[in-house]
Amino acid sequence: MSIKRKACIVGAYEHPTRKAPDKSVAQLHAECAKGALADAGLSKEDIDGYFCAGDAPGLGAFSMVEYMGLKVRHVDTTETGGSSYLIHVAHAAQAIAMGKCNVALITLAGRPRSEGSSGTQVRNWGANLPDGPFELPYAPVTINQYAMAAMRHMYEYGTTSEQLAWIKVAASHHAQYNPQAMLRDVVTVEQVISSPLISDPLHRLDCCVVSDGGGAVIVARPEIAKSLKRPLINVLGAGESPKHTEGGHIDLTYTGAVWSGKAAFEEAGVTPGDIQYASIYDSFTITVLLQLEDLGFCPKGEGGKFVAEGNLISGVGKLPFNTDGGGLCNNHPANRGGMTKIIEAVRQLRGEAHPKVQVPNCQLALAQGTGGSIASRHGSATLILERG
Amino acid sequence: MSTPYQTREMTPPKPNPGDEPYFTAAAEGKLLLKRCTDCGRVHFYPRALCPFCFSDRLEWTAATGRGEIYSYSVTRGGVPVPYAIAYVTLDEGVRMMTNLVDCDLDDLRIGQRVRVVFKAASDGTMVPCFTPD
Repeated sequence: MSIKRKACIVGAYEHPTRKAPDKSVAQLHAECAKGALADAGLSKEDIDGYFCAGDAPGLGAFSMVEYMGLKVRHVDTTETGGSSYLIHVAHAAQAIAMGKCNVALITLAGRPRSEGSSGTQVRNWGANLPDGPFELPYAPVTINQYAMAAMRHMYEYGTTSEQLAWIKVAASHHAQYNPQAMLRDVVTVEQVISSPLISDPLHRLDCCVVSDGGGAVIVARPEIAKSLKRPLINVLGAGESPKHTEGGHIDLTYTGAVWSGKAAFEEAGVTPGDIQYASIYDSFTITVLLQLEDLGFCPKGEGGKFVAEGNLISGVGKLPFNTDGGGLCNNHPANRGGMTKIIEAVRQLRGEAHPKVQVPNCQLALAQGTGGSIASRHGSATLILERG
Repeated sequence: MSTPYQTREMTPPKPNPGDEPYFTAAAEGKLLLKRCTDCGRVHFYPRALCPFCFSDRLEWTAATGRGEIYSYSVTRGGVPVPYAIAYVTLDEGVRMMTNLVDCDLDDLRIGQRVRVVFKAASDGTMVPCFTPD
């Protein structure tokens, strides 16, 4: 069974906060839910399915359903790090197609900025890690994992720091129009490569922001979506794929997007050339470059050239990306960028992005997420959405 | 530019049941790998079941301790001392995460030959690292 046009995104909300020391994580989840309900024109009594990931506090879905006072008949707590929420949209569409629920709420929230999180800390992946004794002594912090991928890409394909910098430059061109973005100044390639080296070859400006906040989306049965007063956004196709170290044979030059992208394009029945707007997970500049290649927007190894031609800048290039400023400039709530990727894709398809970055007559968009660590084990998720 | 290797406080490994021989050998200056006696393949990190054929007939085998740098990164910002994280491809064919030590971190190159040396974690557990050969 395919999920093609079996469900629609009817509500989307990005929390405006970027620093929330006085709010609990549960409160932020609930505020995001409330915002998405208002956007959809639904009430919380309409929700009969709830989805969340590892950022939800306590017992996850059970704790959040209790906090928000929901009564649901379907829950899903699929946890694939920052890509979870794209998978949740696909799983919600499956659940709706199977008759398990009619209106599914997906929330994300967290406070890494208030809690002092940084990309140079070893992340806490929990106890009993099978890989832990063989990796954690070496201090695999977030940034040096992505940096090793960048280093290998440079070695194999001649990719340069200047080319990677173009990804931040493009994001900053978009962020200048987003009053809520953390970094609104337009930056140049020179500014990116002269910012401090944090982990070779990645500079401070190759990194995403650390922000508090969150977001929520609501997925509903098409009949319900048509009864609401919002533009119809159909789920066309989706793919999900883990990639790992393969028993000691990791290849750092590609991501799981090679598989999740292929699955999503096949289900949607479209090709990379059909996509008018793409939200691409941007924990670091290299993350974007790898996924662009893996999704087929350019051949493997040519991502550097593709981005340096300005292709990611709305109104200039072939593939406008992250028109809210993305994780690189706008927001990366809970250190998980998947939710905001969906939300900006929905804004573009509705024609509700900022006029300076809105893709004219945007009918087809892609949202791409990765979660976990690109240099060991990560989950990739691809979602293709259509204006109905 | 020059970034000499500095001793870094290394988080002690927390071995799971079955991992002990690896760290016992490391204390004796030996790097062990797990090899499947059914399919013959070596894997990393060591497991109780072969990730290729799912056999549980595995044995520890001594590695030559030599290999080459597959990728690396010198982490400089936001950490107490700069250090080099890497993946090294051992001559046995498997890639392992490690630190590159006892050298000028700015002279490291992908493809460079390296050999195993052992560094003490903060609890004294010896951990395999690599240095230019």
